[in-house]
This record gives sequence, structure tokens and C-alpha cells, in this order.
Amino acid sequence: MATLSTTAKALRSKNAGPFWVTIDIFLPSDDVFKTVSKSLSTESVAAVLQLEADQVYRYDLAEIAVIKFSFPRHVVQGHRFDRDMHGAQYALLLSDIEC
Amino acid sequence: MKTRILIPSGVLGLGFDSEALQRGVEAKPDAICIDGGSTDSGPYYLGTGTSKYSELATRAEWRELMLARATAGVPLILGSCGTCGTASTVDWMYQMTLDIARELGQNLKIARLYSDQSASDLIDAEHNQKIGYLKPEIPLSTEILQSCTNIVALAGVEQITAALNAGADIVLAGRTTDTAVIAALPLARGAAPGAAWHGAKIGECGALCSTHPVSGVIQIDFDESGFTVTPLASGAECTSHSVIAHMLYENANPLELVEPGGTLDVKAASVEAVDSRTVRVTGSVWIPAEQYTVKLEGAALSGYQTSSLVLLRQKEYVEQAGKWCELLEAFLRKSIESKMNLRASDYDMEFRLIGANATLGALEFCDSNPIEVGVLMLITSDTQSRATDIARLCNPFLLHFPLTENEALPTFAFPYSPAESERGAVYEFVLNHTLLLADPMQSFDLRIEEIASGNVVNNS
Repeated sequence: MATLSTTAKALRSKNAGPFWVTIDIFLPSDDVFKTVSKSLSTESVAAVLQLEADQVYRYDLAEIAVIKFSFPRHVVQGHRFDRDMHGAQYALLLSDIEC
Repeated sequence: MKTRILIPSGVLGLGFDSEALQRGVEAKPDAICIDGGSTDSGPYYLGTGTSKYSELATRAEWRELMLARATAGVPLILGSCGTCGTASTVDWMYQMTLDIARELGQNLKIARLYSDQSASDLIDAEHNQKIGYLKPEIPLSTEILQSCTNIVALAGVEQITAALNAGADIVLAGRTTDTAVIAALPLARGAAPGAAWHGAKIGECGALCSTHPVSGVIQIDFDESGFTVTPLASGAECTSHSVIAHMLYENANPLELVEPGGTLDVKAASVEAVDSRTVRVTGSVWIPAEQYTVKLEGAALSGYQTSSLVLLRQKEYVEQAGKWCELLEAFLRKSIESKMNLRASDYDMEFRLIGANATLGALEFCDSNPIEVGVLMLITSDTQSRATDIARLCNPFLLHFPLTENEALPTFAFPYSPAESERGAVYEFVLNHTLLLADPMQSFDLRIEEIASGNVVNNS
């Protein structure tokens, strides 16, 4: 079965301020967007982030074929226990999710 | 009335295309606006009140922008001076501006906007229920506020407009929202509020809303019904997709943006390509808030850090790096307690396995099979000398710690001498709150000075 890393045109994440990370999944066409929008569950994304589904905010943006997830950081950005200052590696956690 | 804003790049210090800037000046902008700040590089800059960018690079770019301003004869607005937007970084930019004005023989009216907040004022505000809690909610106390080395509030358009109304040629603003520096003049000249804020959000990272992100320079025309965005570097294009997609960037909610005094709502926005490189946006809505609040940022010292890096290359150690670290940590913690009389609460000790899970930690989902593993040890304590002394105690064991008792003493690779690196003070962001203001200027300080060839001739 296809995974997000092979289906998405781009998979990126970034801080949205020091307390949030946001992940953008750019899909290659309106048709793929429609399919993935139905098949990709918020629960599966929350699971790889080790969060509860209600901690993850989801936006399905048909106009630009993007699915976006935003969630509070596990460790506040730049705290001495933070490992990724810009939060840009979180998107990789979604790579193997089937869609 | 149309208002044309020239945006040289997403941040001062990152560089821009000089030819595109020239093109923008020739197109007769009404203001040149650029952001200078961000929290994105971490709490150190707010903690210390310093800029993350090179002083010489910043100076070279600022000189070019001061020349562009003089040619265009319009205000030059810099928001969030020096990354963190504290008084120290506003004054850093002010001194730089005086030096360059002297060199260029420019006569200027300079506005400095200070965004610094005192802990005692905020403690009073908390007692008077004027502090709001943003999500995710984190605690606030007198101790936390007093622990901050710097606290700033993010100014909106009202404070920038006050500086422009004073006739400033150059505005050096402390912490502001990224959008406020761009939206202020269009709003003052009657642009549609939804368009002013939406255009400002699209333009706040310069050409990041185009197909050539690194080219920097863009121009936005604001009017009573919408805005039009045009990239100025040759070959750069804005498309409806690149413009809509920029609302996603570093933004938890792509449909709404909360600003001082209200919220931008782009759900009904219509985005259309005017030609192959220019995009027109209409229909964005500004919803005024009932109360005027500004967001706070604060950084507190969390200790002093010393790091050590050791490289494991032997196959059996690479394969068992996680177990090696567990055994080593247990051994070291006992040694630290017995030889230094320190408990676990007196210091933090952390191992990150570069090549295994240093980036994602407990979230890592792949099993790797690396050639080597770098073990980064981070020690944080309340003084630098204590952190370094702990790291020195650890040094011989990082070098030689065996997995089993009955083996020849192993020796790993230290990449440099000394193995310990003092990282200095480390800070953390401790505020995710808002401050309610009766008047937008209440917690901001605006100073205006006239200078002739770098010397102050009049101030207010």
C-alpha cells in the first residue's frame, strides 16, 4: 500500500511559534487529495506523534490540495531537552503512514 | 488610495537581490518594510538580548536599505530589531543607523519603538486579571516573571502608525508582529483591513510566497478592495498556489491569524492570477476584537551547559550504543554523587546518540545500522564551572568505559581537545500569554530624534 512519503508531493514541518509544530502534506492533485483526505485518519497521525487525537488540529484544504496538522510541542522549542530547534524533522514521522 | 509596499526580504541579515531592490525603488513605493526578528532560532537571543545575524552582514544590508530609502524618499520600517526586539537590539540598530547616516551624510528623523516589559508591571497586570493564557496553557507566577532576563510584547500596527505619524524617516521597532510593519501604512491610508493584514502575512517572509524564495524582494499594492503581490527578481513568479500556500507557513491555523486588536479570517478570500507572475487577492476579512491584547514573549535562564562528544566506531559498541549509554550513565551518576556530593537534582545529564535517535529521541521509528555513533553528552547545572567539572569527571569514562568487565580496556575517539565545550548560558521560553491594554501605546515607549549627519539635533 502507498505511504505518505511516496504519495505526497512534499511533506514538511516547522515551528508555529515556540509552543506548536505544524505539518503540511502537499498532495499532487485534487484526486489524490480527495482520496487521502478520506483515507488518512487523524488517529494514525496522532499515534506516530505519541499524542491523543484531540491534541492534533487538522485542516483539509481542498483549494491547494494540502492536509495540515498542528499540535503542541512535546518539548518547548529551544528548551535544553529539545532536539530539533526548528521542528523541521517532525514531518518525517508521517513518512510510513499508509494512505 | 493605493499603497505600494516594497519588502526587501523576509528578514534583515539574510540577504536580498540588489537588482530587484533597485527595480522596487524605481517603481515608487510608499514605504520600504522589513522584519528583523523571530523566535525561530530559539530562546538564547531573547534571553541575552542579542541578534542571531552577523553584525557586518546586517550593517551592509542596512546601508543598502538606507540608500534605497533616500532615493525613494519614503519611510523605512524595521520590525523586531536584532532577532528578539529588546531595547538592546533596538539600540544596536540605532547606533548602526547613526554610523551609516554619518558616513552617507544623511539627515533623518528616527523613531525608536521599545517593546520591553517589566516583570513588576506584569505581576500587577496578573493581579488585575489583565493576563490571558494562550494554548497550550503554561503556568504563570511571580517567580516565573521575575526569572525572565527579557520580556517583550509584540506591537501591532497602532504603535508603528504612531511612529509614522511623528514623521519618522526610519522606524526602528522593538518586537512587533511580523505583519504589523507591513500592514501599518496601508491601513492608515484606507486599505481594506482584511487585505492589509492578509497581504502583510503573505509578504512577511519576502519572496517565500513566490517560486524563487531566496530572491527576497517583493512588492505589494494595497487598495480598498484587496491586494496584489508581485515578486521583483527576474524569473520569480507568484502563483495562486504559492500565495495561498504561504498562509500555511509557520502558522498553526491557516485560515485565521490573531493579531493585536483583531483576527484575520481568510476563509472567504479569493486568489486569482493577474498574469504569469502577479497574484490578486480579495475577500479577506478582518474581525476587530472587543479588547486590545498583545502577545508576550519571555526567556529565562535555565542553567549553564557543557557538552562532550565521543565517537563509537567499533562494531560491537555501535550495535549496543544504547545499552552502553545506559550503563555509563548509571555508573557516572554514582561517581558524581560519591566524588562531588551532587544529587541528580543538582544537574541534568543527557546522552544523544547521533546516528541512532539524536533528532527524534523517543519518537524515532526506524532501526538504523550506522557505521559509527556519535555520543553527545550534555551537562547542565547552575554554574558553568560545575557543569564543566562534572563533564571532566565523565571524560575518562566516555573515553574508556567497557561494556563488559572481562575485556581489554576500549578507547573511543574524542574528535578534539579539550573534549569538553562550554556552551555558556542556556535559556528557555517561559511565556505563552497575552497582556490586555487600555491603550495600544500603554506598554510601549516611542522616542523620536532628528539627526544631521549622524549627530542628534533634536529629540522628543
